[in-house]
Amino acid sequence: MNFDLASQSVRELNAYLHGAAPDASVTVTSPNGAHNVAVGVNVPVNIDIQGHVGYYAAGMNQLAKIDIHGNAGPGLAEGMCSGEVHVRGFASVAAGAAAHGGLLVIDGDASLRCGISMKGIDIVVGGSVGDYSAFMAQAGHLVVCGDAGDALGDSLYEAVIYVKGSVASLGADAQEQAMTDDDHARLTALLQRAGFAHESHAFRRVGSARTLYHWNADAEQEY
Amino acid sequence: MNAPTHPLHHITREESATYDRATLDYIYRAAATGLYEIRGLGAKRHLPHFDDLTFLGASLSRYPLEGYREKCATRTVLGTRFAEKPLELAIPVTIAGMSFGALSANVKESLGRAATAMGTSTTTGDGGMTSEERRSSKTLIYQCLPSRYGFKPDDVRRADAIEIVIGQGAKPGGGGMLLGQKINPRVAAMRTLPEGVDQRSASRHPDWTGPDDLMIKIKEMREITDWQKPIFVKIGATRVFNDVKLAVHAGADVVVVDGMQGGTAATQLAFIEHVGIPTLAAIRQAVDALDDLDMRGKVQLIVSGGIRTGADAAKALALGADAVSIGQGMLMALGCNHPTYRMGDHDVSAVADYHALGTAPGFCHHCHTGRCPVGVTTQDPVLEQRLTPDIGARRVKNYLKTIVMELTMIARACGKSDVHHLEREDLVALTVEAAAMARMPLAGTNWIPGAGV
Repeated sequence: MNFDLASQSVRELNAYLHGAAPDASVTVTSPNGAHNVAVGVNVPVNIDIQGHVGYYAAGMNQLAKIDIHGNAGPGLAEGMCSGEVHVRGFASVAAGAAAHGGLLVIDGDASLRCGISMKGIDIVVGGSVGDYSAFMAQAGHLVVCGDAGDALGDSLYEAVIYVKGSVASLGADAQEQAMTDDDHARLTALLQRAGFAHESHAFRRVGSARTLYHWNADAEQEY
Repeated sequence: MNAPTHPLHHITREESATYDRATLDYIYRAAATGLYEIRGLGAKRHLPHFDDLTFLGASLSRYPLEGYREKCATRTVLGTRFAEKPLELAIPVTIAGMSFGALSANVKESLGRAATAMGTSTTTGDGGMTSEERRSSKTLIYQCLPSRYGFKPDDVRRADAIEIVIGQGAKPGGGGMLLGQKINPRVAAMRTLPEGVDQRSASRHPDWTGPDDLMIKIKEMREITDWQKPIFVKIGATRVFNDVKLAVHAGADVVVVDGMQGGTAATQLAFIEHVGIPTLAAIRQAVDALDDLDMRGKVQLIVSGGIRTGADAAKALALGADAVSIGQGMLMALGCNHPTYRMGDHDVSAVADYHALGTAPGFCHHCHTGRCPVGVTTQDPVLEQRLTPDIGARRVKNYLKTIVMELTMIARACGKSDVHHLEREDLVALTVEAAAMARMPLAGTNWIPGAGV
C-alpha cells in the first residue's frame, strides 16, 4: 500500500493504519515535513517513509516498525510503547520523549532534550545529542555514539546513559559510573540492533547518584 | 485623673499584624528545617469569591418558574467544536482530575460510581488510568500532564476525552508533587518511579513549548483518536484572557480554567497562597476571551477552584461557564476533615489520628503525608479501609444531587427553564472587589468599578 502525501492527507494515512487489517507493508512518499505522520499505530506493520517528517512522527507507536528516510521534527516517537523507529537523518528536539518502550534509532544527531522523561524506551543515537538530553529520564537506555551537550541526565531516575564521545557537562544528580558486565552485554546488543559497529568498551556509563530522590535540607538541593 | 491600667494590657500583649503568630510559626519552621512547607488542598486565605455575588430572583419585572413542578433542564454537552463524539452529560457539574496515588483506589471507584449514577464525568489526574476508574466511570476524561506518568496509547483510546493539562489553579507554573509515603508499589509501577521516591514532576510538557506547538500536539491527539474524542485544555488561572484565547487558537474543544482556590494533593505553601488569581476574576476573563473570539457556545468553558455549592455552580453558569468541576468538595463529601469515619455500622473517632498529624478535624490539609485519618488521600492499606466504595459512592452521589437541586432551584427562581439560561444580569455584587473582578454592578447601584476603563 502506498500513500503519497502530496495528494493524500495525513488523516487518510492514519485512518488507514488504525483501520481493520492494514497491509503488512506501507510506503509513504512526499511527506514534505508533514506533522503527525503514522501516529498511534497499534499493529505490526512495516512503514517506510521516504522523506522528511515534521512533529510527532511515529508518536505513541506500538508494534509497528517505522523507517524514516530523512530527518524528523520535534517529539519523534514520543510516548512510544513498543515497536521500532529508525531515522536515517537527524532528529529535532525531544526525540523519544516520555516513551515507555520499543527501540528508537537515529543515525544522525539528535537535538536538545533527547530522551526527556523517557520511561523505558531504548534510544540509540549514531551522532551527538544536544543539551538536557535524558532530562528526568526514568527508565530505559540512551546510547550516544557521538558527544553529549550540557546538563546530560539532569535529575535522572533509573534510566542509564552510555556515551562514547565527550560530555559538555553532567546535569544535577547525574554521575559517571563504572561499566559492569551487564552494561557491556546490554550496550553490545543495543548497538547491534541499531546497526552500529562500535565496541561497548569505548563507552562510559552515566547514571543517577540518587541524591535527589528524597528531600534533604542539608544537601543544598535546588528545589 | 489617673489613667486606667487595664488597657495597657492590650499594648504590652499586642500582636503584630506583620509578624503574627502564623508568620512566627512559618519563620521558626523555616529556620528549623531549611525546607518550604508542603501541604494539600487549596488557598486558605480570604479571597473574593462567589459568596460575594447574589442572585436577583424573579419578582414583578421577571417571572419565576414553579420550583417543584416546572421542568428545568440540566443537560450539558461538552466538545462540540471538532470531536465526532462530544460528551453528553446529564448535569453541568463534573468531578475534577485527581490522581490515583493522591487518592486511594476506593476513592477513585467511589467517584466513578457516583458520577455514573448522576450522568456526569470523572477525570484521571496524574499517574495514569486505573482499571477500577475506567470500569466505574461511564464518562472518563484522561489527563495528559507534563510528567506523562502512565500516559499510554491504549488508555488514550479507551478514554472518552483527553485533557491536556497546562497548569492547575493551586500552582500555575509548577509541577506535580507526590511524597514518598504515597509512592507504594502499585503507584510506583504505574508512574515508572522507584518506590518511596519524593516525586517532583516536570512543570512543562516534554515535547512542546508554546501555543503553536500545542496546536500540533492537539492534532496529534486527534489523529491518534481518529478525531472522535473531545480535547480539553486545562489552565491554571493567571493571564486568563490571553491563555484562553491561545488555547482556543490551538484548537481546544473545551477550556478548563482552574482558579487559585483549586486544590492539590501536595504543593509548596507559597505556591498555593501566592500564585494565581481567584476563580471569580478568572471566569470573567475567560468569558471575555471567548466573546472576543466569538467562540461562546462553540468552545465550552469549565470552571473549577472553590466550587462548593449549588449556588456557586449557578453563579459560575450565570457568569458564562458551561459547566463546573469540583475536586476538594468531593473529598469533603467523602469525609475529608470529618471527626469520624464509618466502620461497618458504626462511626469511629479519627480525632487521635488528626492529632498525630499535629492538626484537628476542620483544619487538616495533610493530604501530602498519605496519613489521611479518614482514608481519602492515602495509599496506606490500613487507612484506605476507612472509606469503602459503597459508602463513598453514596455520599458523593448525595452531594452532587444536592448541588443540582440547588442549581435548578435558583435557575427556576430566576425564571429559567434551563440552567444554561442563567445570565450575568441575574447577578449583582456584594463587595467592591467582587464587582470589579466580575465586572458587574454593586448591589443596589449601577456602579461597576473599572467599567469603561
